[in-house]
Amino acid sequence: MTGFLIRRLFGIAVTLLVVCAVTFCIFYLLPSDPAVQFCGKDCPPDRVAQVRQQMGLNAPLIVQFGRYVLAIFAGRSMGTGNYVVQCHFPCFGYSFQSGRPVWDLMMDRLPTSASLAIGAAVIWLLLGLAAGVLSALRKNTWIDRTVMVGTIGMAALPVYFTAMILLYVVVAVLGLMPYPRYVAFTDDPVGWFQNLLLPWVTLALTFAAIYARMTRSSVIETLAEPYVRTARAKGLPERRVVGRHGLRPALTPIATMLGMDLGGLLAGALITESLFGLPGVGKLFADSLAKSDQPVVMGITLLASFFIIMSNLVVDLVYAWIDPRARVS
Amino acid sequence: MTLLEVNDLAVEFNTAEGTVQAVKGIDFAVERGRTLGIVGESGSGKSVTSLAVMGLHRGAKVTGSVRFDGTELIGAPDETVRKLRGRRMAMVFQDALTALHPYFTIGDQIAEAHREHHGSSRKESWARAVEVLGDVGIPEPARRAGEYPHQFSGGMRQRAMIALALSCEPDLIIADEPTTALDVTVQAQVLDLLMRLKEERGLGIIVITHDLGVIARVADEVLVMYGGSAVEQAPADTLFTSPRHPYTRGLLDSLPRLDAADGEPLHAIPGNPPSLLAPPAGCVFHPRCPVYAAADTGQRELCTAGRPKLRLVASEHRNACVHLGETA
Repeated sequence: MTGFLIRRLFGIAVTLLVVCAVTFCIFYLLPSDPAVQFCGKDCPPDRVAQVRQQMGLNAPLIVQFGRYVLAIFAGRSMGTGNYVVQCHFPCFGYSFQSGRPVWDLMMDRLPTSASLAIGAAVIWLLLGLAAGVLSALRKNTWIDRTVMVGTIGMAALPVYFTAMILLYVVVAVLGLMPYPRYVAFTDDPVGWFQNLLLPWVTLALTFAAIYARMTRSSVIETLAEPYVRTARAKGLPERRVVGRHGLRPALTPIATMLGMDLGGLLAGALITESLFGLPGVGKLFADSLAKSDQPVVMGITLLASFFIIMSNLVVDLVYAWIDPRARVS
Repeated sequence: MTLLEVNDLAVEFNTAEGTVQAVKGIDFAVERGRTLGIVGESGSGKSVTSLAVMGLHRGAKVTGSVRFDGTELIGAPDETVRKLRGRRMAMVFQDALTALHPYFTIGDQIAEAHREHHGSSRKESWARAVEVLGDVGIPEPARRAGEYPHQFSGGMRQRAMIALALSCEPDLIIADEPTTALDVTVQAQVLDLLMRLKEERGLGIIVITHDLGVIARVADEVLVMYGGSAVEQAPADTLFTSPRHPYTRGLLDSLPRLDAADGEPLHAIPGNPPSLLAPPAGCVFHPRCPVYAAADTGQRELCTAGRPKLRLVASEHRNACVHLGETA
């Protein structure tokens, strides 16, 4: 088990390094000059050259890359002469826009994105699993058909459309709640919940639809397995046949999917956050991208891949816990 | 009282292409301490028959009569049949690797059945699981009970499957191709185990197989199925020495023989098994039957007139062929 973990962690490190290298190259190839971005539009040429020198942009790509990666673990001092700043571990550089460390920016935003992702996941799991299992158990009845037609419609609706409709109906027409405005959980748990309700539902609906369809086919497939027939042949009540022998294996692929989706969403649900003005990582990404704030974009890209890769590992561990065949001895 | 009596059993499935008549008009009986072998090729309806007896068909139309120890099961409430399943009649499935649940330990799977039917505690049912695993010849049963199916060898898994069937001391065991997935030496061990259990515990056993070798080894009586119908039924000795139905003969003739002359080709029954969506009129075997091929028009009409049922042609020997009966 330890060997397995070490191998996996090594693999993760290599993958992250590759992601890092690719992102780095892409930004290097972009036509916009980081020195100009940093210095501002009306910066005189000699000042730009000075900034470029300070930012180390005259060094070869590989050296710049090495410094960037090293800084993540060891921090680095940036600038020359009287302008030296110490960027502490984990150093992803400074935002061109705000001048704040990228790491701090991301960590400020992470709780918002995590709140959105986890809350939405709870909703879409409850809805998706319930609808999927019900549909599978009532296969080819009107219930099943209704759920399937409904979910395909829901899966087809874009998030920005759902968000607008929800906002319009719930906030503008019915006036059930004020326009959502993010409140930290630690400041006001009730406000946090109320204000996140609409974003949660918006984000969850599409996922719920996809999960319902996945669950349905997975349950139908599992219930046709010989071991489910064996459970029936043992004389177990149908409730137990389905619940214990059928659902557990059927939900294993759903757990995999959940891990991936959550991993992806932790680093920000770009559209949902932007639509509801939630100060999450996704919103930060969208804003930074619009303003070519390269260090931030780069940092979020790495953070996102980190989450996705880590959730992969978690999924594998969960898998081994659920399915004894996947255990490595 | 006869342990199991099946009369005029029919099973139909509705598929997208139409109604499949998987089994039609089957009769047989199993006594305690006796083994009935049901033999036939793939699609002959032998597994469908066994699942119908166990009440395990879902979404199929099952008609006729299945009387287990005097209780009629066809049309009986689901609960009645469920309480018999696993408790008084148990099933051993073909491929134990897929038939045992991959997520639960062997001991757990056996104990679960015992808890369900006997209301025993976790501890009692686990002890019972270890005991039956020992009974079927699993070494170190206490340790192996805590292992998962994938940690067992093929033969051990099949034994575990039999242990599962035995755990509640049933009266009838239906073994559907119990040895097909096993190699020959393990096959012999598993069959011997079944026979030993039959003798020790007076079990009634149905062995379903396409392998005449298995039949010869274990069966007291044999039912030959073809295309969803029973074509011949006789004590095992009689069937092998004096088969009456052209299909049974073809089946026996197609066995490779050690004493055959060098270079003699293997016999095969010409043609293919019938489609159960649109079975041939009358005797399902007639399109492949040598007797039909040799018959004149008048005799041929007998073959296509209606599906023949088993008729008694000699003591304990029943045959469905309208031409070959009393003496052959």
